[in-house]
Amino acid sequence: MTTIPLPQPDTPWTLPRRGPVGILLFILAESSIFAVFVAAYLYYIGKSLTGPTPREVLEFPVLMTVCLLSSSVTVHVAIRALRRGATARFLGFWIATIILGVAFLAGTAREWYQLITVHHLTIRTNLFGSTYYALVGLHASHVIAGLVMLLIVAAFGLAGRVRPDHVERADVISIYWHFVDVVWIVVVTVVYIIGR
Amino acid sequence: MTTTGFPIAAAAGKGVPSVFDRLYEWVVTVDHKRLGIMYILFALVFLLIGGIEATVIRLQLAAANNHLVSPHTFNTLFTMHGTTMVFLVGMPILAGFANYLVPLQIGARDVAFPRVNAFGFWITCFGGLLLNSSFLTAPVLFGGSGAPDVGWFGYAPLTENAFSPGNATDYWVVGLILVGFGSIAGAVNIATTILTGRARGMTLGRMPLFTWITLVVQCMILVAVSPLTASLILLFLDRGLGAHFFDPQAGGSALLWQHFFWIFGHPEVYVLMLPGFGFLSEIIPVFSRKVIFGYPVMVAATVAIGFISISVWAHHMFSVGMSPAANTFFSISTGLVAVPTGIKLFNWLATMWGGRIQLRTPMLFAIAVLLQFLVAGITGVMLSVAPFDWQLTDSYFVVAHFHFVLVGSLLFAIFGAVYYWYPKAVGRMLSERLGKWHFWLFLIGFNLTFIPQHFAGMLGMPRRVYTFLPGRGLEIWNLISSIGVAFQLAGGACFVWNLIRAYRRGPLAGNDPWDAWTLEWAISSPPPAYNFAEPPVVSSRRPLWDLKHPHDPDWHYE
Repeated sequence: MTTIPLPQPDTPWTLPRRGPVGILLFILAESSIFAVFVAAYLYYIGKSLTGPTPREVLEFPVLMTVCLLSSSVTVHVAIRALRRGATARFLGFWIATIILGVAFLAGTAREWYQLITVHHLTIRTNLFGSTYYALVGLHASHVIAGLVMLLIVAAFGLAGRVRPDHVERADVISIYWHFVDVVWIVVVTVVYIIGR
Repeated sequence: MTTTGFPIAAAAGKGVPSVFDRLYEWVVTVDHKRLGIMYILFALVFLLIGGIEATVIRLQLAAANNHLVSPHTFNTLFTMHGTTMVFLVGMPILAGFANYLVPLQIGARDVAFPRVNAFGFWITCFGGLLLNSSFLTAPVLFGGSGAPDVGWFGYAPLTENAFSPGNATDYWVVGLILVGFGSIAGAVNIATTILTGRARGMTLGRMPLFTWITLVVQCMILVAVSPLTASLILLFLDRGLGAHFFDPQAGGSALLWQHFFWIFGHPEVYVLMLPGFGFLSEIIPVFSRKVIFGYPVMVAATVAIGFISISVWAHHMFSVGMSPAANTFFSISTGLVAVPTGIKLFNWLATMWGGRIQLRTPMLFAIAVLLQFLVAGITGVMLSVAPFDWQLTDSYFVVAHFHFVLVGSLLFAIFGAVYYWYPKAVGRMLSERLGKWHFWLFLIGFNLTFIPQHFAGMLGMPRRVYTFLPGRGLEIWNLISSIGVAFQLAGGACFVWNLIRAYRRGPLAGNDPWDAWTLEWAISSPPPAYNFAEPPVVSSRRPLWDLKHPHDPDWHYE
């Protein structure tokens, strides 16, 4: 009943894989969320009624940026290794990605600690504080989500359970991680270059 | 009706499963058909709740200087009515139809991510329950601040702590954030299903129009609903942590909230309305016994509406005093939407033209949509003209306009869809006689309620007022409007009774009661858990036509 005659029975039929498509659509939604936070940040630049101002308290986060951007390279190398079947090399670069991500988060933590204790800038202080903590915090929360996913795969890897045929699933996480990195470039540009 | 029991219950082999077992199966299910039905039932329950709220509003407004409810209660009622109808009725019922129908129409076993699907339903469900549980915190019960009363678009700075102390607005914010997560999860899932799960041979150009429109709508949800979630998070930072995004006293901007909200809010109208167009595009050809007129143009018009709808949001803000350039831009872009929607309307008419029209209940509702959507479209074009909008914004004219869209067009289309697909989901036919009672009562009631509101609005009656003064010519329009509600309630009662009665006593439907052409009618009603015993192969837009007419298949002509 359900087989329907076909003019050319041997037409090739391939569709995209669901993992990458799903994560790309999710990234589309995430981009819209970030767009609102970025728009709010840009709109409120220079509109704070009180100090401190970005110029007084922010410094360009060179080390953090280097850490996060290079983690995109390591995760890419890890995926390529897994695709070739080199699981040990995969695991090494995968864990390197996690270490770089954690280093980035530590940088954010240090920056926030100094802003709060030294400069007395909190989310309630002024509009700069509100927009800064919201945007950087939104990004940091995405880094944390990414790290959780990376750690789960790393745990399976250390238990020897990650095989080359898992590469498509690991690739979904790496696409998300690349997205988090690209967003950081936007955040850096907005907060530390335009915003200062 | 043969129950399509899950293997768990079947394997138990102890005869009829207990109520608890059956409930358990529904709670843990990841089956797209069950989740689709759960979405629809959830939405129907909230349709009843939102309808009761609307009924109380109309009772309060039936006469001048009426004091059935207090001004504060009235504020809560219209806030909860609007929020419920948009987020807990419109979005979930359409998510339910997409869930149920898309895998069947594209010949798939299930959606791409069944567990994400279940997550989406449950978080929507809990968001809705959380929002409505705010009623329980009313002062008389627990001394809280009751349900939200800030209007469905929650304009700043009214939503700030200074003006809305207490938890009511927090229920609104958190409830809608959760529902938003549910919408995003659902949209990712359905769009991925369409892009990656189609049966062999079903190219994009052969997808049923409902599936095509659903794909566009899911992309719009990803782009447009996410900004609302983001804005609500910012508002929650304001309320919870003392940030200043929408707090003018610290330099924050009330206007920014309006932009953020309507960047969501206007595409949302099309997110709601386009699936209604999808239902029409399935129902009208089948009951006209003709292929849809201008399939590629219908697809193009859908995509065009999707794109244009993202650039029209500020027509909700003409009265805030934007620059003349902005007013001009948004006037023109808004008027432009009428072009692709007009194309659709003419294509449906051309489909009916010369067809052998069967006036079954789904078709009656579809024809009513054509007429009522025309009215909604015309008042929409009127309101797109900025000077006209300055005169009538925030009046009952606007209320009448968008109720013609969301009730006169969308809800009628949904009723038609329920009559059309109920036999597939349940295996039994709804009663035509009760269906016609439902249709005529609702048609009369709807028009009695909402046509007079145009006139009340033009006479100067503002929205969101809990009462009005006598002697200004408003009494008669409001009275007629309230009388219409009785007809709508009677029609709604026929509908509910029809659904319940047919579940037990309706005549068996068989696979294909309407002699239709899309894949969902190729399998039994209700479909088995696995949908298709063998994966279908498709070679035209109407696979079942090809099957029924092997000597004259569609692919000779496409």
